This record gives sequence, C-alpha cells and structure tokens, in this order.
Amino acid sequence: MSTTTAPNPPGADLPEHPDHLWDDAEPKKVYDVVIVGGGGHGLATAHYLAKNHGITNVAVLEKGWLAGGNMARNTTLIRSNYLWDESAGIYEHALTLWEGLEDDLGYPILFSQRGVLNLAHTEQDVRDSVRRVEANKLNGIDAEWLGPDEVAKVCPIVNVSADIRYPVQGATFQPRAGIAKHDYVAWGFARRASEAGIDIIQDCEVTGFVRDGDRVTGVRTTRGTIAAGTVALCAAGHTSVLLDMLGVRAPLQSHPLQALVSELLEPVHPTIVMSNAVHVYVSQAHKGELVMGAGVDSYNGYGQRGAFHIIERQMAAAVELFPVFARAHLLRSWAGVVDVTPDASPIVGATPYENVFLNCGWGTGGFKATPGLGWAFADTVAHGRPHPLVAPFGLDRFVTGALVDEHGAAAVAH
Amino acid sequence: MQLIACPWCGPREETEFSYGGQAHVAYPEHPASLTDEQWAHFVFFRDNPKGPFAERWVHAAGCRRWFTAVRDTRTHQFIGPSELTS
Repeated sequence: MSTTTAPNPPGADLPEHPDHLWDDAEPKKVYDVVIVGGGGHGLATAHYLAKNHGITNVAVLEKGWLAGGNMARNTTLIRSNYLWDESAGIYEHALTLWEGLEDDLGYPILFSQRGVLNLAHTEQDVRDSVRRVEANKLNGIDAEWLGPDEVAKVCPIVNVSADIRYPVQGATFQPRAGIAKHDYVAWGFARRASEAGIDIIQDCEVTGFVRDGDRVTGVRTTRGTIAAGTVALCAAGHTSVLLDMLGVRAPLQSHPLQALVSELLEPVHPTIVMSNAVHVYVSQAHKGELVMGAGVDSYNGYGQRGAFHIIERQMAAAVELFPVFARAHLLRSWAGVVDVTPDASPIVGATPYENVFLNCGWGTGGFKATPGLGWAFADTVAHGRPHPLVAPFGLDRFVTGALVDEHGAAAVAH
Repeated sequence: MQLIACPWCGPREETEFSYGGQAHVAYPEHPASLTDEQWAHFVFFRDNPKGPFAERWVHAAGCRRWFTAVRDTRTHQFIGPSELTS
C-alpha cells in the first residue's frame, strides 16, 4: 500500500444506503384528514384511506418517531378468539386482513401462523374455555378444545403434569393465530401510505385544537398550526391528554404494561401460550428471543416503565409452566402506556365534535387489531359515521349500558 | 420497588399496598334524580391526567387503612405527605 494516499474511511466499501421507505414530510398548511398518532393504527388508517377511499391529502402526526410508542413495545400476538360477537367481528376481520397483508403491502411482515393455546387451570377456566370455543365456532372462527395430552403434543415444553401448583386442565387452541414482526408492519404501512402521497410527519406533537362551535378546524402542533377537514385520533395511551384539550371525557385509564425478552435461544417454543390464571403469555420471536408479557401495573402511569415485582411474578408463572426456561437470561424489559376501558373493549367512533373521530381504549390488545381497525376506521372517517364493525364500540355505550364485556371472558390477559 | 409512605406505618414497600384510583369522587347527593349520562360519569368516567393525580391507596398488607396521596403519573413519584381521609 502506498503511504501517500489517504486510507479509506470506515464504511467506504459498503453499498449505498437503501432507499428510504417513506418520506419524512414537512407539514403543509392544510389537509383533508389529520391523523394524530403515527403508530400502527394511525398508519393503517392512513393506508386504507388511500387504498379504499382514494383520500390522500392526509397527514399522520407523530410526536416522537414513527411507530416508536406501543407499536415498538407490544408482544406481537395476533388472534381472534374473543367471546362476544362484536369483538369476534372486528378481530376476525383483522386476522383475515393479516393473512393477505404481505401481498397488500408488498413488504415482508413475517406473519407466522403458529397458533395460540389459552390454558385452563381450574374447573371454571375449563367451562369458560369450552364456552368460548363454541362461541368462536358459531362466529366462523377456528377454535378447538384440547385436553392436557393434546396440549403437550402442540407444545411439548409446557409442563402438563398434575404435580404443579395450578395443573393444566386443557386449553383452547386457535391454529390461525400467530405473530408478526411489528416494525416491518409499521414500515410496510408507512411505505404504502407515503407512496400514495400521504405526509408522515414525525417530531410533531399536538399541543391544542382550533375549535369553531362543534367543529375542530385545525390542530396546533410543535411545528405550527395545521388546518384539518377531519381529525382522527389514534393516540393510544395518550388519548386522554388530547381529549382534555378538547374538553371531552372518556372512561380511559392509562397504565404501564410491561414486556420482556430473553437472550436468543434455539427454537424451543413452536406456538403461543397464554395463561390468565397464572398470568403470563409467551412466544418465541423469529430471531429466537422468548417474548413474554402479563398484566398491567395496577396504578395509572405515563412513565413507560413498570415495577419489578410485576415481572418477578410473571417469571415465576413462566418457570412453573415451562421448566426449561429456568436458566434463560432476561435480556431486556420495557413498558408501554396502554389505555384501559371499564369493559376491556375499545372506544371507536364519534365524539361531540362532528368532524373528530376517536379510536382508543384498545388497552393491552391493540396490535392484533391493526389492519382491521385501520380498515374500519378509515371507512368511518371517510363516510363520517361508524363502520358497522366498530359501531358497537361507541363512546355512548357507557351511557346506554350496552357494554362489550371482554374482561376475562375472552382469554384477554389484563 | 418504590416505597409508599403510609400515614400510620411510615414508608413500606409498594407490594403491601393496593390501588383505589382517583380520589375525591363523591357519591351523588341525589341519586334518584341523576340522568343516565350523569350515572355513567359517576360509575365509569375518571380523570386520567399526565402529571399530579390525587388517588386512593390502601395499606392492604399492613394496617389496612385507606388514605389519599398525590402522585405524578409521568414519573410515578409520590408528591408531598399522604392525607388520612376516610
């Protein structure tokens, strides 16, 4: 080597940086639709506004970076085995869309339909589970009841011996359930929305609304005021902060929800296992981490972190059910901020403002709904009335009493 | 694990306490005259601030008394002394 030429700087031999998947847009002065929240639901809503309704003069405002909130913090479980017809409707619609989403987005999302086992540990669990299996079948959702031996066939590492504190009495099984790569899902939606001409505006926090009677005419942000024909709120755990600016009350409580991953392991866990009674849910990500979660921390919190004793309890449950996990090391834990409603069902639809639509209250289960909600919420925004799939989830149900009570009834881990 | 100051017992570990949600939610004075909407707000609707929040706690694994405390929901940190209200 000659001593007179300068050495190549590090990285000089690497290929060019790949094309950006979406444009990091500057805000315009006015949009037909402003979506607040650049997570999964906001991006999916943007995609279906363009694809199904031809509405592309749309901005997605994100206070941080794209899909950096709950979309980056969930455990990526996708299933539709909910008890009530209303929930089955929206979640099964979502699952059907998940099954075709790679083609729709033209982007890999690593959707892996490996099935979900919801374990039953008591006689009451067994009765509730069998009831839910039958309800699912009536709604055209794949579901079956498995005894302990069949559970062990689907997932050999589950401890089905009678010699544990809460023996496994059986499980419901939904074979079409699965996991997907959450970042790729967000990037796929963002790419399609951006291609269609929708502006994805990051680092743009909403600080207020410009109101004119029963309409909102604009959104005040950290990057200036943006006029809006229609406003769609997709802010998950921070929805109450926005609604306080609008003077609207909703029965939401924001809680930390923790999750964690182990170090990378050989493939040992072929499916998804959830247990409400001993309270843990586990799958193994494509790379090999065991991904685990449980219930929310009991108190309200926006801090994106939770208390250690919650994790300790969930690890005790995991090790009892999966003795093989006892020597796995915890790699990372984190929390998202989830907005929980009194009946554990979402709130989607109209607000007291005629051009503001609400999508919130998905609590611990919003990821699985991403394409289904985006589809139905885009239709709601485009036509100015709730799509039939989300109509049962209006804010008015807390006054009429027509609750969709999924607490504990739907294998929902809270 | 954070310590919570019980007004009777002093600082104890968080696991000894249970959460009771928003404080100062009074039972309606004239329950028979409430509309459905007013009932819904009493039963289901609670404040959800990002910041200081007055809330109820019970020292469940200790003296079993209820008290009111103000906590910042951004940091989860308790602010000031707890009140002994019934």
